[in-house]
Amino acid sequence: MTRKLLLEHIQVPDIHTFDVYRKHGGYRAIEKVLKGMSPDDVVEEVKKSGLRGRGGAGFPTGMKWSFLAKPEGKSRYLVCNADESEPGTFKDRYLMTYLPHLLIEGMIVSSFALGAKVSYIYVRGEMMPQIRILEKAIAEARNAGFLGKNILGSGYDLELYVQPGGGAYICGEETALIESLEGKRGLPRIKPPFPAISGLWACPTVVNNVESIAAVVPIINDGGDEYAKRGNGRSTGTKLISASGNLMKPGVYEIELGLPVEEFIYSDEYCGGIANGKRLKAVVAGGSSVPILPANLILKTTSGENRLMTYESLSDGGFQTGTMLGSGGFIAFDEDACIVRNTWNFARFYHHESCGQCSPCREGTGWMEKVLHRLEYGHGQMSDIDLLLDVSKKIEGNTICPLGDAAAWPVASAIRHFRDEFEWHVTHPKEAMERNYGLANYANPLSQTMQNVYQK
Amino acid sequence: MLKLTENEKVKFSPALIAKFDAIISHRYPVGKLKAGLLPILHLVQAEYGWVSPEAMDQVADYLDIKPIEVYEVATFYTMFFLKPQGKYVLEVCRTGPCGLVGADKIMGHIEKTLGVKEGEVTSDGLFSWRGVECLAACGMAPVLQIGPEYTYYEHLTEEKIDQLIKDLKNK
Repeated sequence: MTRKLLLEHIQVPDIHTFDVYRKHGGYRAIEKVLKGMSPDDVVEEVKKSGLRGRGGAGFPTGMKWSFLAKPEGKSRYLVCNADESEPGTFKDRYLMTYLPHLLIEGMIVSSFALGAKVSYIYVRGEMMPQIRILEKAIAEARNAGFLGKNILGSGYDLELYVQPGGGAYICGEETALIESLEGKRGLPRIKPPFPAISGLWACPTVVNNVESIAAVVPIINDGGDEYAKRGNGRSTGTKLISASGNLMKPGVYEIELGLPVEEFIYSDEYCGGIANGKRLKAVVAGGSSVPILPANLILKTTSGENRLMTYESLSDGGFQTGTMLGSGGFIAFDEDACIVRNTWNFARFYHHESCGQCSPCREGTGWMEKVLHRLEYGHGQMSDIDLLLDVSKKIEGNTICPLGDAAAWPVASAIRHFRDEFEWHVTHPKEAMERNYGLANYANPLSQTMQNVYQK
Repeated sequence: MLKLTENEKVKFSPALIAKFDAIISHRYPVGKLKAGLLPILHLVQAEYGWVSPEAMDQVADYLDIKPIEVYEVATFYTMFFLKPQGKYVLEVCRTGPCGLVGADKIMGHIEKTLGVKEGEVTSDGLFSWRGVECLAACGMAPVLQIGPEYTYYEHLTEEKIDQLIKDLKNK
């Protein structure tokens, strides 16, 4: 791809330090903003950029900002959601490890735009190494006059703090995150009121993902219109994709939205194909919560068009034959991966992470885990497959927060696309313990010659 | 879960209390100091290896909140240990991508090598282990981490586990 926007300087040694980051154009966005832009100008640029929330929901960031209430005499807060816990997603940890100052610069610009005087980066507790990196970087930025009182003589004051979580996936949901930041259990709140009206300590609050906040920096440097020229249609700009599973080269890649999925998987510039010379069986394209798709459907839509890495193309076909871009957690499954086992693994995750507030999720995730466990271990019945679908339908849409949906979708989609593999686990319980089902009829439509073309 | 009879006496050192003070002195607005609860529980666990009921009571005193407000938080978040652990707790990611590339094998190897089941402590008090959910390092799977620094160990193999356990024993 042409110039990267977030990871442009990722290879520069010591880019995590203030001096090196500054030497490579760092903190220019703050200078530009504080020396000639109003907060509303900044919001306007972000709106023009078309940036959509990079945490998973894809809601336009500029619009989210413009919802923020501004009552007299009340503090406003910006909280960065660095509670990255969605299985398959590890881009934020990467960004914080190698480019902490990009996040801090984005936080300062965004806090100015929203009129926040105190902002927090809520980092999941397991990322203590990243918390130490961020705290060091914040101290450096402060020493250089980019944080604290009267930043660059502009009269704008900002304090930035890092807050650790305690190991709970649910705190990635913004109202649970706010509860957790207040020192309570991470139980999602009933909305409305939305955080933009009543968030942290009942004050107007914006919660944004790490990558969204980092993207504000190139948006300000280049202008929102420039950013919107990148990408494809309403999926503007670039996106960090966390690639994992059975790939030749798993890792974090910055892609221009609109890249064909096929090219992302097979070209040497990105994942370099499937590991160990095997064939692709299925893909979870946007973190564990989004529907799993078999290889043929992830590479092409049902109308025969190439599937692209955009919000729109990945969701083409709805839940019947499409999926979602989500957080960009791209998990590839090779021909030997067991879909039933993986679905059980995900169901166990959601059962473990359900906060327990809503009965459909608390009970339903446990049921799904149990039923999938018995299917995987050869004690299942044919009726269990429809039972799973029934339970998943009863969770979906019946909970306060989206964790219920996130738990239901992987199960429902796995059965939708791989029902024969579930049935095989029932009809061949002994065999299922010894070998995997293989590719069956969702084979990789790419011929060997096409794969050779990509790996030239 | 809380065994209130097995408490050991806890008295926070002045150095530890100074760390608490550093958190609540400026980070949060007046009257909202409860927000310091999670960072303080992390500090307690780093000091003692777990958060005992007595330590939780003292945290409640320190923050001027009810003990139940500390218990409910410590029991909700999975990082806090509610009973004593080994000096080194190997926390192995077991979710999705790690599961795809061999987390079960890694956990099996750890169980065999240490000779204790998940959640149990070795007789020398050095080790315990458990499976945890996604650690956000899927591209480097399989992974584990060890507190209180929570250092990540990536691309695990059985040989790397053997070496790690050997290194920790000699530390």
